[in-house]
Amino acid sequence: MTIRRSVPGDDFSQAGRASAELKRILASIGVDPRIVKRAAVAMYEAEMNMVIHAGGGLAEAVIHDGKVTMVLEDSGPGIPDLDLAMTEGWSTASDIYRELGFGAGMGLPNMKRNADEFHVESVVGKGTKVTMSIDIRSPEPRA
Amino acid sequence: MSGREGNMAEGEAKTVFHSVKLDPERCVGCTTCIKKCPTEAIRVRKGKASIIAERCIDCGECIRTCPNGAKLAVSDQLSMLGGYRVKIAVPAPALYSQYDEGQSVDRVLSGLLELGFDEVFEVAEAAELVTSATKALLADASLGLPRPLISSACPAVVRIIQLRFPSLIPNLVPLIPPMEAAARIVKERLHPGEEGVGVFFITPCAGKVTVTRSPLGYERSALDGVIGLKDIFLPLRAAMARAPERKLARAGRIGLEWARAEGESEAVGERRSISVDGIGNVIGVLEALENGKLEDLTYIEALACPAGCVGGPLTVENPYIAKTRLRKREAEAPASVTEPRPARSLDGLGWSSPVKARSAMVLSGNLDRALEMAEEILVLSAALPGLDCGSCGAPSCRALAEDIVRGHARQTDCIFKLRETIRKLAGELMAMEEMLPPGLDRE
Ligand SMILES: Nc1ncnc2c1ncn2[C@@H]1O[C@H](COP(=O)(O)OP(=O)(O)OP(=O)(O)O)[C@@H](O)[C@H]1O
Ligand code: SF4
Ligand SMILES: [Mg+2]
Repeated sequence: MTIRRSVPGDDFSQAGRASAELKRILASIGVDPRIVKRAAVAMYEAEMNMVIHAGGGLAEAVIHDGKVTMVLEDSGPGIPDLDLAMTEGWSTASDIYRELGFGAGMGLPNMKRNADEFHVESVVGKGTKVTMSIDIRSPEPRA
Repeated sequence: MSGREGNMAEGEAKTVFHSVKLDPERCVGCTTCIKKCPTEAIRVRKGKASIIAERCIDCGECIRTCPNGAKLAVSDQLSMLGGYRVKIAVPAPALYSQYDEGQSVDRVLSGLLELGFDEVFEVAEAAELVTSATKALLADASLGLPRPLISSACPAVVRIIQLRFPSLIPNLVPLIPPMEAAARIVKERLHPGEEGVGVFFITPCAGKVTVTRSPLGYERSALDGVIGLKDIFLPLRAAMARAPERKLARAGRIGLEWARAEGESEAVGERRSISVDGIGNVIGVLEALENGKLEDLTYIEALACPAGCVGGPLTVENPYIAKTRLRKREAEAPASVTEPRPARSLDGLGWSSPVKARSAMVLSGNLDRALEMAEEILVLSAALPGLDCGSCGAPSCRALAEDIVRGHARQTDCIFKLRETIRKLAGELMAMEEMLPPGLDRE
């Protein structure tokens, strides 16, 4: 099954809806709570990055063949140095978002930690696409 | 309604006891309650509300919102005292917040004796022991408990975690709640081995009635009865007026604080803690925690009721007035219990049976079948108008879609879908009329 939601970049109160929906659906089909939590964290971080850094985008989750694949794509500014962005603690979040508790520079590393497969493509000036997948039948992340 | 939604996990009891009940005589089927229920456990069918037992967490939100007083909490009556030789009241500290400050705690407790109890033991006194045990758990990293720990004192919070946030079950403080600790102290230490001792908790909420019948984290409650604060409020006030005032209050500030929001975290004294009250706010915090957002905290005090237990569904005073009164009483009380009884070991307060996830939200025990059903729900909800009007008796269009897929409702329960169907049928009838056999056609 496919869940596709547009994530608005201008309405903070809507932020987190796509990950909440994915979480509810995974729980309703009986996926182990530990896996649900990992998927929720990964999807939430990616969704929030689109809101905070890219002015919104499109979130998609496909549940098929024993795994959930999440694709989050935006047409934001892109990430100039991916290795740097993947470093724990590195962040360009503005003060407003820091006041709201974001900007610890932990989002991308957390996605990588929680997903079994994790991939980012980003082109400066064009946008960013994060693809992650999680096996929904075994609770521990594949190393 | 038990078993209606099916799909119970193995070992989960088919008949679930709930204190929250519906009075069909009073229910007018107005659908006010269905949207307020945090677990979407209420449906209106044939003009009456019904509660899906497997989803109910006994938070009492429906008792609070029903404009017709049709939602009740079943609790025990004072007449029950007759069956016991020694009758002991264990009042929740929330009780003290219901009477104005002119009435001392001594007077409230004296009133209880006047009402027919032989002894009183304050839950607040036991709360102080639970405080120490909680502190010990937080201080001992070798126990390997995750952070933040989430208080398990509010049964509605424990139940919502079992149902909607099962990944957070390991974070629950594995200790029995103060009222149960109080009952055990009375039975095991003050009256060991005695026959005919009845211990009665005076409760601010339905959740605590339910938890004495179906305990969370222990097998059997030491309580013999649970009396709703609302039911005892007036008779107690009368008894307080005529009772000679005796020196009975022993509990200190630390124990009293537990009855209101922030109190528990103040008592536990954890610096990186958060206090959240009201079931909607609790859900918000648990949601954030599950998203990995609050992991720098060490302690979460979560109470289902506004302002905490002082705002329980069986209280009578406004929650915020009650909270202010309680604070005044705290200020007058000594910090700690007077003449403390020897502290119990942590073992005595620890959980003796695991708290398990509840599967009432799971569509099917078979993952592939559940996935099919989830997909049908998604397609069906997209076809519904998305108004969440409640006319179908379900709290939202998505909930109706789920009910349809589970086989408990029909698409035409949606008045908009019904109208569409009628219009289509009407169109077909018209078309059929045009097709009258030529012999009957009198044009
Ligand atoms: N979708 C995106 N578009 C543009 N830049 C991004 C995007 N996602 C991440 N970045 C860049 O990568 C940096 C690191 O991202 P990461 O999610 O790890 O941390 P953060 O969002 O800054 O803080 P946190 O996630 O802890 O709140 C961001 O500060 C930002 O510069
Ligand atoms: S906050 Fe207190 S009164 Fe309300 S449900 Fe929880 S334990 Fe009961
Ligand atoms: Mg981020």
